[in-house]
Amino acid sequence: MASITLPAYEQVKEQSPVIRFVRRVLPIIGIAFLILFAAIEIVPFVLTVANSFKCLQAVQAAPQAFIPVPPFGVECRNESGASISPSEMTTGITFNPSMEGYREILLSNNLPRWFLNSVIYAVAVTLLRLLLDSMAGYALARIKFPGNRFIFFIMLGTMMIPGIVLAIPRFIILKQIGLLNTYHGFILSLGADAFGVFLMKQFFESIPGEIEEAAQVDGANRFVMFFRVVLPMATPALTALTIFSFQGTWNNFMEALVIIGGNVDLLNLPLGLAILKGAFGETLRWHSFLAGSVIATLPLAIVFFVFQRYFVEGISYTGLKG
Amino acid sequence: MAQASTAVKIPANVTTMQDAKREQTIAGLTFIAPAAVIFIVFLIIPILFALYISLTNWNGISPVFEPGAYEFVGLQNYRALLIEDGIRQADFFKALKNTTYYVLGVVPTQTILALLLAVVVNQRWLKGKGFFRTAFYFPSITSSVVISLVFMFMFTRGGVVNSLIGAIFPNYEYVNWLDDATGLFHNILGLFGVTLRSAGEWSRAEFAGLRLWDWVSGPSITLLTIMILNTWTTIGTMMIIYLAALQNIPGQVYEAAYVDGANTWQVFRKITLPLLRPTTYFVITLGLIGCFQVFDQVYVISSGGPAKTTLTIAYLVYNNGFQNSAMGVATATAIILFVIIFTFTMLQRRLVGGEQADT
Repeated sequence: MASITLPAYEQVKEQSPVIRFVRRVLPIIGIAFLILFAAIEIVPFVLTVANSFKCLQAVQAAPQAFIPVPPFGVECRNESGASISPSEMTTGITFNPSMEGYREILLSNNLPRWFLNSVIYAVAVTLLRLLLDSMAGYALARIKFPGNRFIFFIMLGTMMIPGIVLAIPRFIILKQIGLLNTYHGFILSLGADAFGVFLMKQFFESIPGEIEEAAQVDGANRFVMFFRVVLPMATPALTALTIFSFQGTWNNFMEALVIIGGNVDLLNLPLGLAILKGAFGETLRWHSFLAGSVIATLPLAIVFFVFQRYFVEGISYTGLKG
Repeated sequence: MAQASTAVKIPANVTTMQDAKREQTIAGLTFIAPAAVIFIVFLIIPILFALYISLTNWNGISPVFEPGAYEFVGLQNYRALLIEDGIRQADFFKALKNTTYYVLGVVPTQTILALLLAVVVNQRWLKGKGFFRTAFYFPSITSSVVISLVFMFMFTRGGVVNSLIGAIFPNYEYVNWLDDATGLFHNILGLFGVTLRSAGEWSRAEFAGLRLWDWVSGPSITLLTIMILNTWTTIGTMMIIYLAALQNIPGQVYEAAYVDGANTWQVFRKITLPLLRPTTYFVITLGLIGCFQVFDQVYVISSGGPAKTTLTIAYLVYNNGFQNSAMGVATATAIILFVIIFTFTMLQRRLVGGEQADT
């Protein structure tokens, strides 16, 4: 055996020059490919932020300036009220930032209100899901009662139903019970989700049961035990659930469109921006729309950079379980 | 430990087995009740309700529980969508064609790119892994509406994409990315002199309200733009999932293969790919479900236009239900969409997921 393996191994060492060349070049191609795609992913965000700080006239001017230089806070109109020309605020790839876009999007419509709504929705839905999903997940993982498995499979099955299938009947039911176009209607509709229950169930099944048994021996009642003993152990899963819920609700568009789309005071940021865009038609005031996009993205971006590790872990966790 | 605790457990406050069982049932139901109520009211009842509405001609406006608000029409809505010639059928098949091109374009592209990127990021010699992970994942956390606005900004006629291509190729004629109904294949064939006129009689024959030429014309330029957008957004998530799976493959597996004289390509083809099979199944399932439901981007960017070439099934449902007051037809369309998604998911489970026979 050894005498067969050895020559084969030697062969690998003395590959033909072509294969050796390929081996040399492959990493370079790989890195070039990676950097190219990283650039494609990043550049749109850089341009969005840069152009949100430009005057409307300068937004599409080529070449795209993206490095801000002083003086800051340029006024987009001169003393006589005429718009300044792009060349007055950009030189090559540098530009003098202006707050015009932010002023326009924040002052001329409901954006601050929508921002507040987004915060309310995201926080309320997340809290509700943390409580309901973990309770349901715990029951499915730990308590044996009739119908346990049946309920689990029904919940799992609902994950396959496309959102648009639910949109119309949800609209009707919420209308019937008077929850259409209300804060609580939107929050309750999203208040528990199958994915969250699944995540929590998986987690509770992965931790040993001895601690709960010990607590039970001490006579702790199940609810006290759940909140005092079980939940504190579930921090990793709860963190993942918090991130997914917050992100999902903050970005929610389709359910928002159907449930709260009828009242302009209730919109969340994505829906508000989309409806605003629809109202403008062909001639978008790009600097202010890009400013709105930055405002809608910033809170999530901050959450993402602070909790990045958990985002990645959460995604990998669901991926492996799937 | 465990034995000791069960031994002490009996005298505590539980007297008989039956009491214990009852306590368990009550506790279980109490814990699950709040979530179950939400599921029943906002998920289960709506699903059953949707099935029923799809069998009526309700317009979505008259109060649904009042007599005379609608008539029960049986399978009429499904017939109008699938079989009978007319605007309903034409619209549905247009949407089906667009959605199919969308799925067939986006799912393989994003899966292959994500796999390649994950393989490169997974290389031991690569520095700055964290940076690349962040760069690729960031678009996935951004709102679909914001991404759509950003892409509109870049793809407008006078936008960055056109000026960039124009700077590289001086002869480039600016493309109206956001408002171009011509099909991709139609345009490519046109370069070779194949057009509707020269293609022959077959191309003018109609199927389901659409000329065969339109069926094979491919996604319109505008739909293509939305496809690029979606691929761009989801690559990151898919890559992270692949990366996690790659990191789970023990290094000895590779070492053993190299010692046995396998080259890089053979290792990738015969070891990495088969081991990644469950992940590929998961990634494709996620992609299929997401792509078949594409809605937000269409709503923001094109509202189904130009010339209905970005009309997707989900957008058609919304349009019929909430804009054209045809809730019955809209719900029937939604249920057909569910059946399509379900079928494709099962189909690919057999193709990619299940048995490992042909490796």
